[in-house]
Amino acid sequence: MTSVTHSSTDPRTVQLTEDGKLRHFLTIGGLNKAILEEILDTADSFVNMGEQSVKKVPLLRGKTVVNLFFENSTRTRSTFELAAKRLSADVLNLDISKSATAKGETLKDTLQNLEAMGSDMFVIRHADSGAQHFIASQVTPNVAIINAGDGRHAHPTQAMLDMYTIRKHKGDFSKLKVAIVGDILHSRVARSQVQALNMLGAQEVRLIGPKTLLPATFAEMGAKLYTRMEDGLKDVDVVIMLRLQKERMDGALLPSEGEFYRLYGLTTEKLNYARPDAIVMHPGPINRGVEIESAVADGPQSLILNQVSYGIAIRMAVMSMAISGQTQQKVQQQLSAQQSEDDNEEASA
Amino acid sequence: MKLTICGGRLIDPAQQLDEVIDIHIADGRVLALGQAPAGFTPERTLHAEGLVVAPGFIDIGAHLREPGPSYKGNLRSETKAALAGGYTSICCRPDTSPCIDSSAVVQQILDKAEALGQAKVRPIGAMTKGLEGTHLSNMAGLQHSGCVAVTNMRNAIDNTLVLRRCFEYASTFDLRVVFYPEDSWLKGEGCVNEGALATRLGLASVPAAAEAIGLSRVLHLIENTGVKVHFGMLSTARAVEMIANAQKRGLAVTADVDIAHLIYTEKEIDGYNSQFFVEPPLRSAADREALRQGVRDGVLSAISSAHLPHEEAAKMAPFAAAEPGMATLETVLAQGLSLVEQEIISLPQLVERLSTGPAKALGLNSGSLSIGQAADICLFKTDQTWTVQHGELFSAGENYPQKGETLSGQVMFTLVDGRVVFER
Amino acid sequence: MSQDNRLPDAEQLIAQIAERLQTLIAERQLTNIAIVGIHSGGVWVAERLHQLLAVEEALGSLDISFYRDDYTRVGLNPSVQPSHLPFTTEGRNIILVDDVIMSGRTIRAAMNELFDYGRPDSITLVTLLDLAGRELPIQPDITGQKLTLAANERIKLNGPELLRLELQDAK
Repeated sequence: MTSVTHSSTDPRTVQLTEDGKLRHFLTIGGLNKAILEEILDTADSFVNMGEQSVKKVPLLRGKTVVNLFFENSTRTRSTFELAAKRLSADVLNLDISKSATAKGETLKDTLQNLEAMGSDMFVIRHADSGAQHFIASQVTPNVAIINAGDGRHAHPTQAMLDMYTIRKHKGDFSKLKVAIVGDILHSRVARSQVQALNMLGAQEVRLIGPKTLLPATFAEMGAKLYTRMEDGLKDVDVVIMLRLQKERMDGALLPSEGEFYRLYGLTTEKLNYARPDAIVMHPGPINRGVEIESAVADGPQSLILNQVSYGIAIRMAVMSMAISGQTQQKVQQQLSAQQSEDDNEEASA
Repeated sequence: MKLTICGGRLIDPAQQLDEVIDIHIADGRVLALGQAPAGFTPERTLHAEGLVVAPGFIDIGAHLREPGPSYKGNLRSETKAALAGGYTSICCRPDTSPCIDSSAVVQQILDKAEALGQAKVRPIGAMTKGLEGTHLSNMAGLQHSGCVAVTNMRNAIDNTLVLRRCFEYASTFDLRVVFYPEDSWLKGEGCVNEGALATRLGLASVPAAAEAIGLSRVLHLIENTGVKVHFGMLSTARAVEMIANAQKRGLAVTADVDIAHLIYTEKEIDGYNSQFFVEPPLRSAADREALRQGVRDGVLSAISSAHLPHEEAAKMAPFAAAEPGMATLETVLAQGLSLVEQEIISLPQLVERLSTGPAKALGLNSGSLSIGQAADICLFKTDQTWTVQHGELFSAGENYPQKGETLSGQVMFTLVDGRVVFER
Repeated sequence: MSQDNRLPDAEQLIAQIAERLQTLIAERQLTNIAIVGIHSGGVWVAERLHQLLAVEEALGSLDISFYRDDYTRVGLNPSVQPSHLPFTTEGRNIILVDDVIMSGRTIRAAMNELFDYGRPDSITLVTLLDLAGRELPIQPDITGQKLTLAANERIKLNGPELLRLELQDAK
């Protein structure tokens, strides 16, 4: 067994090269404002590229990107696939049922086989929090890993496309109050959003929901917690609604869809608590009449469709940055290996 | 076999001894301390200058992996690891495969252990059939065939009436119960301590209240039934406080904490290091402080290993999908000595919590070097440094989170019934 | 910021280039012409030429950042401008304009990008300066002036109002 030292799994370093460049994109935590801004700026270039008649660039030509979805999500997978193809990468889609890879050993075998076939990047969605972290730190550290959602932990590309949407439509984060509403407890999107908003210097991050879906520990992530929409939405510039999973309705978390919608559903009336120019976002897919009213989802303040189009640009940005970082790291490792070989030769000569 | 250990620092908490004094052994028992009896000629003399001579350590609840899948270990590998860690008796846990709920399994283990002639094995039997929490096991039979206590491990007994009957039945035979308190509903799928870190990592968590509620339920039943209960592997400040209060009220309860909870906190899991996935989960720094205080003032009278060896693959998975547990038998002493080094406990206290304490908790007539006692002894060097790595370790377990680290403190000799069964 | 007397006046050079380009177009009998500048200095030079030659077709611009061959080593420039070709390239005679040619790698990237838009009939390369240090077999058809720089020197075109060449120390 290769020894598992603390540093190899340190969340602050595993995503970055020795010179602080992105080589895996696993979570917002442990990154810094400069890297987040670089992602947003790079995505800007790709959004602008959308004006061109040729939407494809050869940045990742000859690279192989494997979409590994251990949880089904055609939507998210499609945006990653499109992003990879616009960068001219070869794309392989693998849907792997969880049962086939229940044991860690099988997962390791599968991934190391894919690495041996010359994969340069894995885009991974997995039901276990930390799965991508485990893969990046212990299974295939030389393949760039992009987290497309892990358990309840993180969905960093979704958070970054939301940050892009906010910056594009609202500008300077330091003047913004942002509220995230709904099932915070189970939401990887919310966790990544809170971290990204704080890192980018948002004036205030608020979380709104009933206490069953909003544990007090979220305060320590840098958010103010509210249980009433009336208080939480007051004067906010951005309202982000989260999707409420239907299967959560039956448990002891919520009494009924109806009561949830009455208390936390975003209606035109409740949106009035926010600033008049507030924007409304949702990571999709929307449950109309459960977390948001159709009139709001399709209304003038909604940016839900814009988010989707920015999603491709954000994923292109993150993919090209990670491949670049990973390649630089490899070149550096080869150089230093060469160097030590030379030193040894000199020493033995 | 006559043997003398000379020049060592003898620490025997049972006799409140801590001095450089020779110890003479004959017929597997302690014959004399200090001056050798007239006409005593040892066949072997161990020169123990610079070593601590202590009662062999006794563990409550190590997993010896037999019967069960051999790739995780077996009696040979794990009792050898025990000797290397200074342990002379292991009260092993019953969740083997099949589990220790019949005299046949107990006999199988005892026969094998005796044939091996390494550390003594004193099984803890299953309190319910198959550890399923519904039907009482043949407790009297288990006791008769050699079980020193019964336990249901962390398997829930959801029906409180069944639990009460388990206690009543065990107390009929003055059979001790080892209990790992945890409310199974609050635990759910939880694998880490409830708190800000679990929230950030998105891992399902176990609140400290799960332990307190589990403990509270059992404390009430102890008052009802008069059963003798030892609580194992406590992890929270609140539980230590509850045990202290129960002891003050005169309840016959003892408790231990495992070494990992004295050394580590939940911080170790930041980065999803599955080597630190243990049950109960590693808790907060405040909890660790209360546990250390509990060991210091004796509310927690034993330190357990919670040794749970695994093959490498068991930990090669995303955090929650990995198997919980740590292999510890060979690092407990060094890690305990680090607490002595930090002046959290004294060296005699450490020896006491590893030998006399657990012996008393399970009512065993061992853990002391008084004249006439079995000569189960370990000799260790507190400043011997060594690196945790393959080749140094005898356990089949690959799950030592300290791999690659250099620790201070190592066992040099271990004697069981007056025979040197391990030496480095 | 020293104005080195080795450096020519950019605006004068452009005027000369325009005359030579006119002649070349006539010689080669090029029709259906479109001018394309490479971001950012090349676009400024191309704007001047576009005006001086009174080309009807709107000016095109290329940002070749996404086509660079060294991005895995140096990373992406995070402020890439969109490429803008307001005409079809198919069957065109393209005048490709950049401020400086040195290694030739930028022109390689620009030609790759142009071909992603279609198959031009021809590409004519015009650069303000031609610096020694070619790494690819690419030569300009017209260049304002040839220069050789010391190892620590870099040249920069300032604009877009008054175009002015400047010598800088390499980092």
